[in-house]
Amino acid sequence: MDLPFYVQLINLFAALLLLLAFALLTQRRILSLINLFAAQGFVLVLSTLVVAYSTHQSHLYYSALLTLVLKVLLLPWIMHRLIRALNVRWDIETLIDIPATMLIGIVLVIFAFNLAAPISQFAGTITKSTLGIASACILLAFLMMITRRKAVSQVIGFLAMENGLFFAATSATYGMPMVVELGIALDVLVGTLIFGVFFFHIRETFESLDIHHLEKLKER
Amino acid sequence: MDLSSFRPVEAAVTLSVIWIGLGAAGLALARAPRVVTNWVFPAGAAVALALALTGLWAMNAPVSTAVLPAGLPDLPFHVRVDPLSGFFLLLLGGVSFGISLFSAGYFRSTEGSSVGLLTLQYHVFLASMSFVLIADDAYLFMVVWESMALSSYFLVTAEHHNEQNRKAGFIYLLVAHIGAISILLCFGVLHGGHGDYTFEALRAADLNGFWATVAFLLAFFGFGAKAGMLPLHVWLPEAHPAAPSPVSALMSGVMLKTAIYGMVRVIYDLIGGIRWEWGLTVLLFGAATSLFGVLFALMQHDLKRLLAYHSVENIGIILIGIGLSMVFLGSGHPVAAALGLIAGLYHTLNHAVFKGLLFLGAGAILRSTGLRNLNEMGGLIRYLPHTAIYFLIGALAISALPPLNGFVSEWLTFQASLQAPLLESSVVRSLVPIVAAVLALSGALTGMCFVKVYGVAFLGQHRHELSEKPREVSRWERAGMLWLALACFALGLLPVFMIGQLNNVSQALIKAGLSDGAMASGWLWLVPTSSAQASYSPIVFLLVIAVVFALTYLVVRQVYHGRLRRSDPWDCGFPAQTSRMEDSADGFGQPIRQIFAPVFLIHREIPRADDPRPVFKQEVEDRHWHSMYLPIARFTEFLSGHIGKLQQGRISVYLLFSFLTLIALLVFAQ
Amino acid sequence: MKQASDIVFQVLQSVLVVLIAPLVMGWVNQCRAWLQNKSGAGVWQPYRVLNKLFHKDAVLAHNASPLFRSTPYILFGCMWLAVGIVPVLATSLPFAPAADVIALVGLFALARVFVSLAGMDIGTSFGTLGARREMMIGFLAEPAMLMTLFTASLISHSTSLATIVETLGHRELVIYPSMAFAAVAFLMVLLAENARVPIDNPSTHLELTMIHEAMILEYSARHLALIEWATSLKLTAYIAIGIAIFVPWGIAGAGDWAALPVALAALVLKLLAAGAGLALLETVSAKMRIFRAPEFLGTAFMLATLGMLIHFLLER
Repeated sequence: MDLPFYVQLINLFAALLLLLAFALLTQRRILSLINLFAAQGFVLVLSTLVVAYSTHQSHLYYSALLTLVLKVLLLPWIMHRLIRALNVRWDIETLIDIPATMLIGIVLVIFAFNLAAPISQFAGTITKSTLGIASACILLAFLMMITRRKAVSQVIGFLAMENGLFFAATSATYGMPMVVELGIALDVLVGTLIFGVFFFHIRETFESLDIHHLEKLKER
Repeated sequence: MDLSSFRPVEAAVTLSVIWIGLGAAGLALARAPRVVTNWVFPAGAAVALALALTGLWAMNAPVSTAVLPAGLPDLPFHVRVDPLSGFFLLLLGGVSFGISLFSAGYFRSTEGSSVGLLTLQYHVFLASMSFVLIADDAYLFMVVWESMALSSYFLVTAEHHNEQNRKAGFIYLLVAHIGAISILLCFGVLHGGHGDYTFEALRAADLNGFWATVAFLLAFFGFGAKAGMLPLHVWLPEAHPAAPSPVSALMSGVMLKTAIYGMVRVIYDLIGGIRWEWGLTVLLFGAATSLFGVLFALMQHDLKRLLAYHSVENIGIILIGIGLSMVFLGSGHPVAAALGLIAGLYHTLNHAVFKGLLFLGAGAILRSTGLRNLNEMGGLIRYLPHTAIYFLIGALAISALPPLNGFVSEWLTFQASLQAPLLESSVVRSLVPIVAAVLALSGALTGMCFVKVYGVAFLGQHRHELSEKPREVSRWERAGMLWLALACFALGLLPVFMIGQLNNVSQALIKAGLSDGAMASGWLWLVPTSSAQASYSPIVFLLVIAVVFALTYLVVRQVYHGRLRRSDPWDCGFPAQTSRMEDSADGFGQPIRQIFAPVFLIHREIPRADDPRPVFKQEVEDRHWHSMYLPIARFTEFLSGHIGKLQQGRISVYLLFSFLTLIALLVFAQ
Repeated sequence: MKQASDIVFQVLQSVLVVLIAPLVMGWVNQCRAWLQNKSGAGVWQPYRVLNKLFHKDAVLAHNASPLFRSTPYILFGCMWLAVGIVPVLATSLPFAPAADVIALVGLFALARVFVSLAGMDIGTSFGTLGARREMMIGFLAEPAMLMTLFTASLISHSTSLATIVETLGHRELVIYPSMAFAAVAFLMVLLAENARVPIDNPSTHLELTMIHEAMILEYSARHLALIEWATSLKLTAYIAIGIAIFVPWGIAGAGDWAALPVALAALVLKLLAAGAGLALLETVSAKMRIFRAPEFLGTAFMLATLGMLIHFLLER
């Protein structure tokens, strides 16, 4: 491999991101889900810093700072407060069959890689192959949302999806315009706050955060 | 005939005809079964050995063809012996030598068909398989293919008063004929309406892409049905246990391999122009078959059924090797393709040897104790010491443990899969590691299954009360098993020789062999590509372990002491250690049943808590019956029910049919 | 004379590793004791245990077969061969071409099959329980280990351990993401195959929680001593494989005698760190329920396969 050093670093971060996405898929404890999400955010910060340093795009430094404040510090702190208030701190939820989920996860990874392969041929940036990993992260986060029962973990899945999107943006297109970036960040923040409010309402109505109870809201 | 024109083809034909003669002699001497078992079977064994040597000769000799003075006036039989046929003749001869020796002792006391009839069917079976391997035109091929199926059908239903055996025979014949129709259609596509039916003409036929793929699919499924590939494998676990043990060994060990021969011959030789998509199909079916086979084998408690499912698994492994070879060939990498082909063919030989050995061992157990159910066996190592050693060698070989032969072919298959970075297509490149992972998984599961089989059958305490103490089997049977066990060691410790021979086969078939650096390291080291890349020396392996074994034994005795005393096993305070306290075969497989539950169809009957006589029943079934075979059977019955309405029973209606046909012909003749 | 010196070196390495293997086990146990605020029995304890066991009379059950009696020796022989193949100090081992990574995995499988069969030999419930559980762990651990080693093989285009170490150790620092996955998977397999927490507790004496201990329950005296020694050899071999593949810097190249002292120092440092790390991992984890173990190993298997996939798709 004769790629420059920073490209190898970005590849390494991409692999770590994928590893964390798989770990999110297979974790049972809600507490460790939040910690894994924070770790994923931290890896994102590091990778954005490397891209910023190697391509001399200073607005990426601000992007990294924003990610650090939001995804590594603020959002996990909000989630921790939330689950403590909702009394689900030590909950362990049963998943649908971990080996089957991992198998579907691997199939999704192969699919995402093959999808991104022709696109990354034309990308002119430093890291072409990370587009495949970013799409794989998004798909895995989506899978995670599908296979979960408690509402809190679904929010984490939603946030992890946004992580994948952010990684795709930084590695393939040198980040998004700052305005778009700030807009998305604000949306994510507000979304989480609204989710939090909803959780309290759900819990009050159904005495539990199991989303199966929401099915009672059908017509018949 | 003068000796200068004695070529491998004459030898092969002569030996096969001698086999038929021996069979007829066995029938003629039916009133003297002792003579038959003491003379005819050993003579058959000698013929088998001669055939094996002929095969070895043929792998190093030029191609030889002949036209037999048999067959129809305008369609004589053509025969041909080239390195590929030679290899399979070596397989047939070598393995049936051991099995015929075993049969000389086994058939001394048979139930069902008389010994004479059995001898005829047995030797006709052997001769048909031999002719399949040397047939050079489609007509002879189909004739002997059919006779192979028929003679083995009669052998499977040898103990025909058991209804289970009759049903098994029916399913076997049905699937064999479905396969035969598919093969016939394939020959038809290759023939294309011009020329004759000899393989020469079929080889020269120039098919365009679509028809070539059709021919490939027909050949793949036709021969796959005979080989026991998913989803046409359902006859294997029924037919192999029903047949007498030497016949099961022959069917599992050799007959399935003739199907592999047919596949390789038709796809590589007759169709040619292999595309990588075909290879991918073979690869995926092989991987699925191997995993499926071993998972079901872990669920069985009937020893012969378990071995039959393992045959399914090993056919899957052979197909993985051949599939890899086809993928590389289709992508323009002939050296890697040669490696894959050699890996697949070597596993073919290895499987024949160790599966034959295992079935013969099962036969020996059946002969001595009358037991087939693992849950009733136990502690047999004390009564059947020779069988125990041979069965252990077979079990270690099939679990792909070094330094025996099963490991060499799996090693070669892994080396072939590691050539995957040569491929360009990213889909295939990402699938090959998955297939390698499945291969590793099925290898590990096989080890678990044979720890279960050996531990439950031979070790531990005896589970079932026997009327008399079991005695070791006779010398003929032991000789047969010894031959195959020695073959396991020879193929495992000295693989370089056979791989050199297989290189000839690969050269003849795909015009490519292993790279020049490959075989340059001598007989001690097996080097498939280059010595910096990979090498393996089973002799050094075995030597080091043996030397350490001996040295440790001696040194410990010298420095410390070798005192020993016997006592009861540790029982945690419970004085009565019955055989109910050790694992049964089903108990050992329980983790797999739990982990892989969705794959099986499990019927369970659990007693209620207040049941005065609680009975627990559990049955594990194959989903293919319910999802594939029964719907097809019902549809066929529905169709035939409707067509049956044509049989009105009234003469005027039948006359009406003839009248309508006449009118139609007159209209068309205009 | 290169051949003669190589053979001398080979014998020296094998003997050295065989002799220090109990010390490695002792170091791990001592670290565990310190982490749990106990004073521990000292790093030389395993040697004292071996000496005590060798002095005792061997007691065998009445129905023990020859297989039972020969398994400890076979096990010891297999592990001796394993440490003779892995490049611990230098890559110029004459025995190394006898077995590559696949054969190494096969060697461990051979040892596992024999010890499971020995467990089933006497016919008590503990032996068969241990054998069943050991094979349940093994059938997933072995493919996971194989896939991990394949990832390293694909990067260095060879399955020979000497070539892998040369390729990975003597290039400039290159980061391979697939090795990150492989490293995690390898660690999980190491814990499972060597009967460490969280799969199995090596110091338990409760039958229902035993896996490895249950299989060797019937062994005593010199047989048990050989099996214990083989167990510590297996742990040392696994740690050596991990060091050779993931942190190979410091291992001397072929015929490079001058680099040996550095290699020795590097080895000692790495073994100390590995032992302490293992002890730390064991102390912070809790032992899993037995049926969580296949999930744990299934995860390792998937991670290893994923690592291979990532190599194919990222590192062309």
